[in-house]
Amino acid sequence: MSDPRELYQQVILEHNRKPRNFGKLEGCTHHAEGHNPLCGDQLELTLVIEDGLVKDIKFQGTGCAIDVSSASLMTGAVKGKSVAEAEAMAEQFRGMVRGELEPGTQTPLLGKLTLFSGVKDLPSRVKCAVLPWATLHAALKGEEEASTE
Amino acid sequence: MNTAVQPLDVTAIRRDFPLLSRVLNGKPVIYLDSAVSGQMPLPVIERMTKYEREEHTNVHRGVSTLSQEATDHFEAAREKVRSFIGAGSIKEIIWTRGTTEAINLVAQTFGRMTVKAGDEILLSGMEHHANIVPWQMLAEEKGASIKVIPMTDAGELIPEALDELITNRTKLLGVVHVSNVLGTVNSVKEIIAKAHAKGVPVLVDGAQAVPHLKVDVKDLDADFYVFSGHKLSGPTGIGVLYGKLAHLEAMPPWHGGGSMIRSVTWEKTTYLGAPGKFEAGTPPIAAAIGLGTAIDYLTALGFDRIAAYEHELLAYATECLARIPGLRILGTAREKASVISFVVEGIHPHDLGSLLDGEGVVVRAGHHCAQPVMARFNVPATTRASFAYFNTRQEVDVLVSAILKAIELFK
Repeated sequence: MSDPRELYQQVILEHNRKPRNFGKLEGCTHHAEGHNPLCGDQLELTLVIEDGLVKDIKFQGTGCAIDVSSASLMTGAVKGKSVAEAEAMAEQFRGMVRGELEPGTQTPLLGKLTLFSGVKDLPSRVKCAVLPWATLHAALKGEEEASTE
Repeated sequence: MNTAVQPLDVTAIRRDFPLLSRVLNGKPVIYLDSAVSGQMPLPVIERMTKYEREEHTNVHRGVSTLSQEATDHFEAAREKVRSFIGAGSIKEIIWTRGTTEAINLVAQTFGRMTVKAGDEILLSGMEHHANIVPWQMLAEEKGASIKVIPMTDAGELIPEALDELITNRTKLLGVVHVSNVLGTVNSVKEIIAKAHAKGVPVLVDGAQAVPHLKVDVKDLDADFYVFSGHKLSGPTGIGVLYGKLAHLEAMPPWHGGGSMIRSVTWEKTTYLGAPGKFEAGTPPIAAAIGLGTAIDYLTALGFDRIAAYEHELLAYATECLARIPGLRILGTAREKASVISFVVEGIHPHDLGSLLDGEGVVVRAGHHCAQPVMARFNVPATTRASFAYFNTRQEVDVLVSAILKAIELFK
């Protein structure tokens, strides 16, 4: 992709304008904060996990459109999924935006999250898209902090 | 503007910068990022290449003709720096890797020598991390504290605040000459006078000042003045620490090794005087010579002409950007260098930076290594356009239309 405008598709812009699942869950069972030290993006994830299922998830923080829309779409995508599925999605997502997937690899778990595949052509923005997923991974592992350092 | 000053021939100047003819993402490069790193003109690149091709050896060593020749060129560059900033002696010009290393050198020698537990180090509220972190490290080591000179919403320091901030515990004042975020040209001469009146030495971070204004360290009466080569149309990896000779002579060495000694025995080592005492190991010789050539290049263009041209460009860019709905400029000081930081409502600076990049417009988006300045203005980051003597009004126009396109996309 030579034109970054291709990445800023309507879905991404719309989720940036009106992020879903924005806020903080009271009585959460899992929690983590993510930082991108390079650009100062900050993200806080709160989750309620019961019987191995992501019952509820919210995020809050400040960041660019890639970061915010990625967090918004992620929270929608993992809600109701099992922890194992969420982890598998995180792995596929990271592989996709880092351009590490073998050509032709299917990413059936990701659904419309494949919108972010163009990020791999904007290396300076990969960390923005990954931050919510890195934070999710940390929260699921019981770690308090994630960094895309 | 002084009408007696002949304007710069920018068309001719641009031919000295091959990068400006590049096409990126299908668009001609518009380089508005000289505050991050200035571009090197061909004479600088060619001089460094000549050194590496035909003259390369080491300096201050041996009796070979080659070594003497390299030493002469290397020391001639030091003399160019001395003359450029109006220092009294070449002994006061120390080569460093850059501004950051120069400040660390002062903190670890002069600072360690003078700062004790309970003392205070006074810094301006618009410092780059390079003039914050070395002092915090020293303060932590010594049990000293950092105090901050406040600024107005326009991004101007409040010199009156110094009357209360400077106490008998203040051991050093650090101030940036030109803010890398706000473009503010600080009245460092006045600040230094106030500090000296209470016996406090001053370190001036001149990294963003030397490319834009004629600096005279004697007139300023700065105790230390530091800058980098690469912001001054020179290469990376070379910078300058100017220090008053009396300070330098009193300071202990920093790094130990070859080139900085008078004699070494197992029992005792004695050191060279300044500047050699602070220059352990082989220096970046080509870079120093290249910086000397950059100073020649800028001097030939003339700082009065560079300043006049950049001011006109700054005024034009400020006017055009201020007309964009939802765009807010941070830093509206009366005295500014050609640096404009701004935020656009509803668009994060990193998104704007990527979209401008797609239009070939190179700007900086981020916290500019000045997070306390971001906090002061309550923004996470800004987009910054910085202008050099090779930029044009047409390039400003492309910047403006690229911002308008981004706003349209995000609407």
